[in-house]
Amino acid sequence: MSDTTSAAPAEKLTKKQLKADKPTWCPACGDFAVLASFFNVVQKLNIPHEKIVCVAGIGCSSRFPYFVNTHGIHFIHGRALPLATGISLSRPDLHVFVFGGDGDGFSIGGNHLNHAARKNVNLSYVVMDNFVYGLTKNQTSPTTPIGQRSKTDPRGAIDQPINPMSQLVSSGATFIARTHASQVKHMNEMFERAILHPGFAVVETLSECTMFNPGSFDDSIPRKGGVFDLVDEEAQDLESIAAAMDLSQDLSPGKFGVYYETKRPTKNELEREWLTDAQSKIGDLSQRDLLKQRFASMR
Amino acid sequence: MSQTATPTPADSSSDIRNAVIRLAGNSQDGIQSIGAFLGQLAGSTAQEVMTYMTIPSTISGGPSIFQVHLGSGEVLHPGDQADTLVAFYQHSYENHLHTLKDGGICFYDSDEVEEIKEERGIIHIGVPFTSATIEAIGGSAKSRGKNIFVLGLLCAVYQLDRERLSEIMGRKFGKKSEDILRNAMLAFDAGYAWPVHDIEHMPMAPGENEGDKRISTDGNTMIALGLIAGGVRFGAGYPITPWTTIMEFLRSELPKYDGMFIQCEDELAAVSLALGAAYSGHLAITGSSGPGLALKAEALGYASMAELPVIVVNIQRGGPSTGLPTSVEQSDLMQAIYGSHGDAPRIVLAPKNVEDCFYTALEACRLARKYSTPVFILSDQAIATRLEAFQEPDLEEHWEEPTLDLSERGADFKPYPLDKITRHSPPGARSSEGKYPVVTGLEHDEWGHPSGNPDNHQKMTEKRRNKLVALAESLPTPEVHGEAEGSLLLVGWGSTYGPIKEATDRLNSNGQKVGSINIRHVHPLPNGLTELFEKYDHILVPEMNDSGMYGYGQLATLLRAKTCNAAIKSVNKVQGISFRVKEITEASEALIAGK
Ligand SMILES: Cc1ncc(C[n+]2csc(CCOP(=O)(O)OP(=O)(O)O)c2C)c(N)n1
Ligand code: SF4
Ligand SMILES: [Mg+2]
Repeated sequence: MSDTTSAAPAEKLTKKQLKADKPTWCPACGDFAVLASFFNVVQKLNIPHEKIVCVAGIGCSSRFPYFVNTHGIHFIHGRALPLATGISLSRPDLHVFVFGGDGDGFSIGGNHLNHAARKNVNLSYVVMDNFVYGLTKNQTSPTTPIGQRSKTDPRGAIDQPINPMSQLVSSGATFIARTHASQVKHMNEMFERAILHPGFAVVETLSECTMFNPGSFDDSIPRKGGVFDLVDEEAQDLESIAAAMDLSQDLSPGKFGVYYETKRPTKNELEREWLTDAQSKIGDLSQRDLLKQRFASMR
Repeated sequence: MSQTATPTPADSSSDIRNAVIRLAGNSQDGIQSIGAFLGQLAGSTAQEVMTYMTIPSTISGGPSIFQVHLGSGEVLHPGDQADTLVAFYQHSYENHLHTLKDGGICFYDSDEVEEIKEERGIIHIGVPFTSATIEAIGGSAKSRGKNIFVLGLLCAVYQLDRERLSEIMGRKFGKKSEDILRNAMLAFDAGYAWPVHDIEHMPMAPGENEGDKRISTDGNTMIALGLIAGGVRFGAGYPITPWTTIMEFLRSELPKYDGMFIQCEDELAAVSLALGAAYSGHLAITGSSGPGLALKAEALGYASMAELPVIVVNIQRGGPSTGLPTSVEQSDLMQAIYGSHGDAPRIVLAPKNVEDCFYTALEACRLARKYSTPVFILSDQAIATRLEAFQEPDLEEHWEEPTLDLSERGADFKPYPLDKITRHSPPGARSSEGKYPVVTGLEHDEWGHPSGNPDNHQKMTEKRRNKLVALAESLPTPEVHGEAEGSLLLVGWGSTYGPIKEATDRLNSNGQKVGSINIRHVHPLPNGLTELFEKYDHILVPEMNDSGMYGYGQLATLLRAKTCNAAIKSVNKVQGISFRVKEITEASEALIAGK
């Protein structure tokens, strides 16, 4: 569990170094922009190449790790957050990034989101929300608006969709932002702030599925006649849950920016405190001698 | 209610070598701690011990028993029948009298038990546990402490080492408070001094077990300690009986060893956290009991595919579903071996007793590292909760330093080489070529790129399976106890070890030619079984699982598949309790006699 921090890299990472396999997403899929933004921010923050870990579950968006040339792990559907929690807690020297879709994060993995958030595990999580199941080819997702057709709701979705922002606010996450894959500058800024935040940082990113849900986010794309309305951070109390809840009420198309940001000890720090404490009581004894002592007490 | 003036049991003057004492009361009466003290005493006086208890699955308590088998020599089972019964209530008396042998001794609380039955030459001795304890401690002690009174009584009857016992109690109660210790000693002394007229004392023969470092504990504790000695420094779990005590232990102990154990929101998360730590380069564990293991199944299939080392502890209980949550069963063997999706090879080891839990855990650690694949420790409720006494492990010999290999990987690094065992490059390790791997559950080529190539899937599947083939080839054929050839071979796995061994001895002393083996490596099975089985006319596999559709238990089914030996037969039991030795000898005799 020991720290394995190494010196900062001498040279800046290039985009070429960060690129891996050619993405397999459909043309113009919103996820391309998310990938480009991630490259930008990682380069800007100059994170040591070998310390970057990309984690994902299953979905179109969850293919992310294959397209980034860093350490990466492509896990199972819905469990990226607990896997990333294991990485983050056992290796505090790493920068852990989790990517996934609305199905992966809010449906099959919904419970894990709540718990990783309330425990304030130190990692950054980007939800690429396209209001649909992309990889399995167009079924209703937990964020699909009522009335939208899919292969599992040929007459239009009938179930109330979840409100991802109010769920995130009540989950106990310590950094919560909302951005849009078509608004590159904004997305860069949100990702950067999320990465710099100590603790559980989540960015809900609207990312259009051009294959099954084209035009879904036009109402927040100025180029297409929509409004990209920003959170007024001057006026907003970023540490207020109530204010963040208020912001979350209307998401059609709603506001973009940081909804909530606070400092709370991370799970990483709290667990480490215990380790440090426990070991300080032991002194110089080797681990093997410590176990011998334990056996001696059982005689 | 009068004390019956029956003659003393035969042989009461000479030292006895074995004593099976059954304590029957309610779980809140602290009968477990009587057993625990006797167990610890046995450990430190070179005796052997094996305990057995029932726990009501309700918190508020309820009828419960604790049985202690003390022995001067080897103790292999908790005892088919009790020599002494201690009954705290009328219901305990009525429900357990039948477990007492003919002519056995029954101590009963004469404040509680109102009616006794004269039968089978049983010697009844009424002692007012409750009022005598109140009188000894004084004040408003109510019924608390009567367990310690009974401990004193037993200590006197069996002439146990009083000084050593006081010392053990001093350590236990002294931690709490002066008052508690004083009251305990008062109750103990009162029990010790209680005049028992009807029988003479039955001193236990001195213990014969060599070794100056004898400890007594339960199987779950030994698994946890074995994991620490094996280099495990990260774990994650979710509570479920009887697995929970392992996670509680590791949660408090691992920080001292610079490790951590995390309580998760569910088993899906728990296995995922463990795999996250494994991916990060640590040796990690997760664990559960049957239902929780079912929830981990998907992720364990992933671990096979991604070739991540992880240790999975499963403490079996009666199933399916919530089943018999506090009773023993061996019905998760197939789940441990096959419980996932696709062809997902993993290694499964089963400890045979409490001491073996340590060495099994250690081996699991070694195999997980060596083969980079999931390794199961398949224990059960009986081993998990019972106490045994044995020599503590020598850590000079049995110790693995935790490792984290962050060395730079060179140009020849491939995460999934076809001709070698996978050795992952954990995050934080640099790549000299600047190319970083993705660990994946998609079928992949040697570099970890997703690949749907038919040939590749065939080869990679074989690669993953061949790790187990290599392991099987390195495993020794299990050692035979008893006759090396003859009419019958008894084959067991896990906690049936003790009763099977004892049954073997009893059958042989009755003129049969019987051998027995216990298989620790239940998957892959060791080589040499086919040849070994041919040396016997009959093969009988006692298992605590159902004989199923085709008449064979879970291991027996696998053994038949592996060896094609039609002589393999099963004897099965699913009653939530371990085999009695007698049940195995009877089934053996019937098989040999061709009945
Ligand atoms: C246990 C399990 N159940 C179902 C699936 C099938 N599956 C794969 S991805 C997916 C949904 C993906 O939707 P989302 O997470 O929104 O990602 P997107 O493809 O839209 O980016 C499903 C149902 C699976 N892989 N594993
Ligand atoms: S199906 Fe939709 S989400 Fe998936 S790659 Fe294509 S456009 Fe993107
Ligand atoms: Mg989606």
